[in-house]
Amino acid sequence: MLRLVELDKTYPTGDKALKSVDLEVPQGQVLALIGPSGAGKSTLIRCINRLVEPTSGSVFLGDVDLTKLGSGALRRERRRMGMIFQEYALVERLTVMENVLSGRLGYVGFWRSFTRRFPQSDVDEAFRLLDRVGLLEMADKRADELSGGQRQRVGICRALIQNPALLLVDEPTASLDPKTSRQIMRLICELCAERDLAAIINIHDVALAQMFVQRVVGLRFGAIEFDGPPDALTPDVLTRIYGEEDWEATIEKVEDEDEMVTA
Amino acid sequence: MPVKTLSDGRKAWQRRDSKSQLTRWFFTLIGVAIFVWCWNRISEATTWFFVWDAPSIAGDILARATPPRWSYIEKLWVPIWDTLNIATLGTIGALILAVPVAFMAARNTTPSTLFIRPIALLIIVSTRSINSLIWALLLIAIIGPGVFAGVVAIAIRSIGFCAKLLYEAIEEIDVAQTEAIASTGASRWQVMAFGIVPQILPAFAGISVFRWDINIRESTVLGLVGAGGIGLQLSSSLNVLAWPQVALILIVILMAVVLGEWVSAKVRSAII
Repeated sequence: MLRLVELDKTYPTGDKALKSVDLEVPQGQVLALIGPSGAGKSTLIRCINRLVEPTSGSVFLGDVDLTKLGSGALRRERRRMGMIFQEYALVERLTVMENVLSGRLGYVGFWRSFTRRFPQSDVDEAFRLLDRVGLLEMADKRADELSGGQRQRVGICRALIQNPALLLVDEPTASLDPKTSRQIMRLICELCAERDLAAIINIHDVALAQMFVQRVVGLRFGAIEFDGPPDALTPDVLTRIYGEEDWEATIEKVEDEDEMVTA
Repeated sequence: MPVKTLSDGRKAWQRRDSKSQLTRWFFTLIGVAIFVWCWNRISEATTWFFVWDAPSIAGDILARATPPRWSYIEKLWVPIWDTLNIATLGTIGALILAVPVAFMAARNTTPSTLFIRPIALLIIVSTRSINSLIWALLLIAIIGPGVFAGVVAIAIRSIGFCAKLLYEAIEEIDVAQTEAIASTGASRWQVMAFGIVPQILPAFAGISVFRWDINIRESTVLGLVGAGGIGLQLSSSLNVLAWPQVALILIVILMAVVLGEWVSAKVRSAII
């Protein structure tokens, strides 16, 4: 479904953020990308939808090589990739509804979007998604009135209303408290399962990643250091990814699955 | 070096070391010398007789100017209305022209840093650097005297001010929000409408009322050169030494300015 081939990214400063990364993600698979700060996790995700231009290599979404596309064709392909951000990246001064509907911008002409006359089917879907994440009564609130967890749910709705084939998720829980983090991760993984969506989730919290995903990829200095199931993450592997540290406390057995996703 | 080790091994700290302290004293001395020299030159060039009797002259004018000639107000309603219109229409015109200039001048939205941005910056600098009174003199020569020349003068004069503040606001926006909109597959214009415009809207409203406020003051003097508004009455009253009329005109101008302040304060608090 998504295939990266020898993806390279060198920043103008000379930093080699990605070194010939090869990665294949099948349909419906949720993949966690772990690694120390500066290992290239964000760069990898942003090279896929070309918020960052890769230096060389290819990104195949289905059969389309995204790196070869002109700006118009890239916009059409971006509609198939939903993105969720670390600091939510909601447009603060717009309402929750406007933020969710902005996920449909790729399908709506300029004037219709400018005058906020989105098709009724889009509005129906927006209400359905807001209901699904428990924010139905917040539709008219301005985005900056919401709490962190609520904002991230709006971010999730904005990505999902695109009806994407792939979710790119950049540190979804980095600004959230531990409980909200779990709820958000659970929500993302549930929604991926419901829609048979593939997802790449950048995440710092190794224990949280182990709890929810089917596959973990470890990145170190822009190269893939580990690729395997979450229970193969041994202290030895973590030392290879992050460096020497006592890892016993980090690796947790998944036991508390009791929490419900609450509003 | 501000930190030095004393003989007993403790560390002493001063804000400046002795060398930079000396240079500071030196430059302070030069500054004082320049000031004294200037004071002397100005003093030589002043006819002190006129300065000494200034208080009595000022008192004399004040005595002649009071009470203001209230009946003259009938002739002022139209000019002050013209003045307010010049300020308002001039500000609207300036904003219409300033928005595209600002988007072309901001580093993150300009279509070309090499060609278009310098042109936009040139527009900003040149319109800002010439006073509205001078614009009015030029425009009266081109389009003839009257209110329209005043409106255009105020509009041109305000472009640079509005565009400069607006492009600074555009450069300070949160990039993550525009990236998020772009990543949904939105077009360039949609990114502008959904990602950038909501972020700069408060700044835009603040700049508009602030400039309108300034323009009310500026438009009161445009009549001095014949570009319409209450300045015309002011200059003709001054010419015939009709001090009670001058007093009334100044009161009317003050009221207009206070009104402008009040409206802009209301608008600003409503937005923010």
